[in-house]
Amino acid sequence: MTIVNFLIGVGIALFGFVLQTSIGGINRKIVGRMQKRHGPRWYQEFIDIFKLLSKRAVSHGWIFDFGVIMALGGIIGTAMFMPLTNQILAFSNNGVNYDNFFIFVYLLAVGMLGMAMSASGSGNPWASIGVMRALTTMLAYEVPFLIVVLTIINLTNQSSLTGIMEYQQMAGNNWFIIAMPLGGIVGFISLMGMLGKKPFETYIAPAEIASGPMVEYGGKQLGMLFILHEISVFIEVSLFVHLFLGGATNIFEFLIKYFAVYTFANLISNVNGRFKIDQVVTFFYKWPLLMAVTQAVIVIYFGWVI
Amino acid sequence: MLSTKFTPKNKMTKAEIDRKWWEVGDYFRRNSLWLLMYCTGCCAVELPPSMTSAYDMERLGMGPMATPRQADILLVSGYLSLKTLRRLIYTYEQMSEPKYVVALGSCPINGGIYHDSHAVINQLDQYIPVDVYVAGCMPNPESVLNGFVDLMEGIKQKTMNGWKRYHDHFEWYKENQKNSLGEVIVHDEFHQ
Repeated sequence: MTIVNFLIGVGIALFGFVLQTSIGGINRKIVGRMQKRHGPRWYQEFIDIFKLLSKRAVSHGWIFDFGVIMALGGIIGTAMFMPLTNQILAFSNNGVNYDNFFIFVYLLAVGMLGMAMSASGSGNPWASIGVMRALTTMLAYEVPFLIVVLTIINLTNQSSLTGIMEYQQMAGNNWFIIAMPLGGIVGFISLMGMLGKKPFETYIAPAEIASGPMVEYGGKQLGMLFILHEISVFIEVSLFVHLFLGGATNIFEFLIKYFAVYTFANLISNVNGRFKIDQVVTFFYKWPLLMAVTQAVIVIYFGWVI
Repeated sequence: MLSTKFTPKNKMTKAEIDRKWWEVGDYFRRNSLWLLMYCTGCCAVELPPSMTSAYDMERLGMGPMATPRQADILLVSGYLSLKTLRRLIYTYEQMSEPKYVVALGSCPINGGIYHDSHAVINQLDQYIPVDVYVAGCMPNPESVLNGFVDLMEGIKQKTMNGWKRYHDHFEWYKENQKNSLGEVIVHDEFHQ
């Protein structure tokens, strides 16, 4: 563990930010074309973020400011552990890779809790409602998602992301989205919930609760929240690519898979309405949970893996 | 004799450096203007066509925002009664700087068709500084977008400094606001 490892980690976080911001801008263009519009420039999201950082901002007390910085730090710390391909990985020692799946589960919570703390610190009731809804949504999608991921861990006998990647890339094995079709569907629906895309957009809901947790942010703090959001989207989509789509052996494969997954989620998002919060919970606890349990039984007790 | 090769560059003063950074910021600010729509008047009906497929405001980098803290432009669409004026001033003072005000229609200019009403103010410029007026009753979407392009050009030329005017002439604006609205003393836990 040298200083070089940390530099590579920060580089991966920075790469994730640039990648997701560009792909987010391209996706705004794609959605525009879908709606017969011209759409913004592909680098519009960069302009938005730098504009926000250049504006003056009010503070609502030190918890409000500190929570944003803590959330951004937590998310950057999470992204540092993310492998891009089999080889590009920040922390590894004598062939042991420090990219266990549970690292991401733990460290993502730092970012989310920091944001929840900061939003509650603003004292705005919409922010409290938004945070409550975000945590409820998290409770809903985590259960089916974790059942599927634990099935994968049971099947491959390891929880390292590069290990799971290499298991899928071995001769005779399929990507898990093909080998476990039900689990793949559950994983994708949970990914939509994680990203806050349209059917599960309940905790943002601009027209209903005035963008939820972000209601009191403006200027610099909102800019930092945007950076945080881009990096967390990078982490979540990369997790899906590595767990279900066989990871990547080189960086171009990663870019293609990443772009495909994010664009597909975005296209589904743009033809859907928004669930109410109770509908989100009952939805996730009904079909995805049933499919996840069925998949786990099929894989663990019958051993039917293509 | 001074060598031309090693003549030190004349250093920029702090004011010049600040101005350079402000110009860099102006590029980002004018290409990403977020709107807060204050849709009380009838001009609001012209905004959906200018936002959606027909005229597509998003190609200029603009878009609607949910709260005053996130927005750059306060878009006043139409007439303002005394009650809505009070809320408009609250909203304007909550926005983060630099902030701009765009007024649609003829009502904020001179009262429009409500000029003789007892409940409607006639000139918005008396109460908060307005950067761009889009005249018409109602202005069509082309004029609305033209107003926004004017605002962008004005930000580039550094003429859109209404928010600085509000700082400089704060007493004058407050005096006008009090004359129209009257002073309200609220007794609850938020206004001690």
